[in-house]
Amino acid sequence: MSEVAQTYPPGQHPDMPPPAGQRGLMLWLRTNLFSSWVNTLMTVVAVYLLYKIVPPILDWAVLDAVMNAANRNECREIAQGACWAFIKDRFSILVYGFYPSDERWRVNMAFILLCLALVPVLFDNVPFRKPGMIFSAAYPFIAGWLLLGGLGLTPVGTDEFGGMMLNTVVGVTGIAFSLPLGILLALGRQSHLPIVKSCSVCFIEFIRGVPLITLLFVASTMLNYFLPPGTTFDLLLRVLIMVTLFASGYIAEVVRGGLQAIPKGQYEAADSMGLKYWQSMRLIVLPQALKISIPGIVNTFIGLFKDTTLVLIIGLLDVLGIGKSSLADAQWNGLSNEIYVSIAIFFFIACFGMSRYSIYLENKLDKGYKR
Amino acid sequence: MNTTTADHDMEGRSALSKLWSNREARSVILQILTMAALIGFFAFILTNAVANLAAVGKTFSYDFLSTPASYDINQSLIDYTSRDTHFRAGVVGLLNTLLVAICGIILATVLGFILGVLRLSPNFLLNRISYCFIEFTRNVPVLLHILLIHGILVHSLPHPRVASTDYNIADLFFLSNRGVFAPKPIMEPLFWATIIAFVVGIAFTVWFRRYAKGVQDATGKIYPVFWISAAAIIAFPALVYIVTGAPINWDVPEFQRFNFKGGMVLLPEFMALWLALSLYTAAFIGEIVRAGIMSVSHGQWEAAGALGIKRGRILNLVIIPQALRVIIPPLTSQYLNLTKNSSLAIAIGYMDVVATIGGISLMQTGKEMETMILVIAIYLVISLMISAFMNWYNKRIKLVER
Repeated sequence: MSEVAQTYPPGQHPDMPPPAGQRGLMLWLRTNLFSSWVNTLMTVVAVYLLYKIVPPILDWAVLDAVMNAANRNECREIAQGACWAFIKDRFSILVYGFYPSDERWRVNMAFILLCLALVPVLFDNVPFRKPGMIFSAAYPFIAGWLLLGGLGLTPVGTDEFGGMMLNTVVGVTGIAFSLPLGILLALGRQSHLPIVKSCSVCFIEFIRGVPLITLLFVASTMLNYFLPPGTTFDLLLRVLIMVTLFASGYIAEVVRGGLQAIPKGQYEAADSMGLKYWQSMRLIVLPQALKISIPGIVNTFIGLFKDTTLVLIIGLLDVLGIGKSSLADAQWNGLSNEIYVSIAIFFFIACFGMSRYSIYLENKLDKGYKR
Repeated sequence: MNTTTADHDMEGRSALSKLWSNREARSVILQILTMAALIGFFAFILTNAVANLAAVGKTFSYDFLSTPASYDINQSLIDYTSRDTHFRAGVVGLLNTLLVAICGIILATVLGFILGVLRLSPNFLLNRISYCFIEFTRNVPVLLHILLIHGILVHSLPHPRVASTDYNIADLFFLSNRGVFAPKPIMEPLFWATIIAFVVGIAFTVWFRRYAKGVQDATGKIYPVFWISAAAIIAFPALVYIVTGAPINWDVPEFQRFNFKGGMVLLPEFMALWLALSLYTAAFIGEIVRAGIMSVSHGQWEAAGALGIKRGRILNLVIIPQALRVIIPPLTSQYLNLTKNSSLAIAIGYMDVVATIGGISLMQTGKEMETMILVIAIYLVISLMISAFMNWYNKRIKLVER
């Protein structure tokens, strides 16, 4: 039985599918895993690594894990894996710290409002952006009122702040107040006035030259000496001031990069329009410079948010501080992996999300220059 | 009409506002005001500090540095007992900071370059593994890394008794919850010959590289620089070492009743800090290396190939020099970050400069101001030194344009 070959006029033959090895899964495997003998060797090594790493982690975190138990010994009786019951037991304190449980709706409220306030700042194609920006600018004060109380709400002391809420408070306050300060410092560094310039340079280099932890020590041990005798003020406030100053040094360098990327013609054009210094900065230079430096600012914020864990060293109970101190609990002691891994997941989600946003922004800004 | 109003306005202005509209005068006034504000601020905090110190009966002096520290330090590179002075304790702390910083920089660089290259590998699996590792590592606070690794080392590794039989490598290295025990080299006098040979090898290599470059520039002849350098730096000292009769003795740790005796120990605190700082920084370095390699355009490969240069030489002569120009500046700032992050040692009790001078010495003497100023000054000096080096290096490798 023979097939009759169909004939086509020259050039009219329909496209044939690629050969079996050159399409679909096979092609993908060939180009990505087995393109040469080196590549094949690397694939073998990678598979071996995955085989060594993934199953034990999976066993520990999921298959042998215990979700419900009253204490550590009970956990160990059930299975040898992770004892997530510990995290379940401690969850609310890890999130809210020692915030009075009747008032926790205020923390939730502040968090929801934070998300709302971020929307007009982060995305420029949302409706009602102008009024939204006014709300965002007012947000730090609204949040302060919600969290601290007063004016009709029960006052809550800052020593009751803790957990993830404290990390968020320190991080958001730090970025909100360090941004204007950092812009001023960056302008100061670019200034033609020698004294203003050298002051800015000294401040920025000092801040960037010392570890945050020494500044926090200064805040906790030494700052009271520099204030008029008899004044004391809140440790959290001192920490916030230091974190703000610290972040502003880094923001200043990011913004300076943006300012330097603006072509000189823009400055000259602003001058030739007869604009005064602040007018030309506000209307011409800064909008362009800040637009370029947003990814850098987001990266600074990621760094700052991770650095908020350092407050545990001077005795504030942030999420890591609470995690560390709950290891001393006689019922649950020694479960350090469980607690640290959970906190790591929290930070990973927050920081990875922010870095994705920064990448999205970079792509969007890139498009602006491609015509 | 308009001009007359303008003239009228000019006459109506006071002398001060005329001064203000003069650019130079304005800049002088602004600077004087800044200066005055600055001096006022410092005068304010200094008078406050003097008044506050007097009120609690403290004086500002560094005399405490010469008094006995009377606390122990569990890891010390130089001889130290609790009878030594606070100054010596501070030096021990500083050396510990530098030790962990240098070890961390070396490991982080090696790991970071591996990660960066893997990230660009055509192999899908390795590429993804290194991507996941980088993202998981750098999006978690470094302090959390330190605490997590410390926790794993202390809670998961066994007691020395178990370690002496089960957790050893060739009966030389022992992994226990009191640290990693390893053989300690004890040098005999003749070992100096090997060290001298090593130094001579390096000096020869530096000279030879210059010479070879000169010859290549003049005649185009290429020497096997890499192999000759390797021979001078590694083979020559090794030869001297063998000829002088292998003058190193190894003090191998042995388990005795409660703990290991002899050898040298890497404390869990040191291990945790070292590994955590290295892994964290390596993730950032990996991204920097990737960006650096990607910044060299593909045309460079093709252009060099069109000139008939071999692949290895293209990498050495064309790609790496251009990638390094992009890689070096952020790399140095990562080194700086690692050094500054080593101050988190205090969270797990590694005795670095913050934990000695800024920690226990501060508590014992009550000299907050003096100790903190000292610690800050030390970090500033380290940072300024690294950035001075970075600026010098940047200037050296800067693209020379017409």
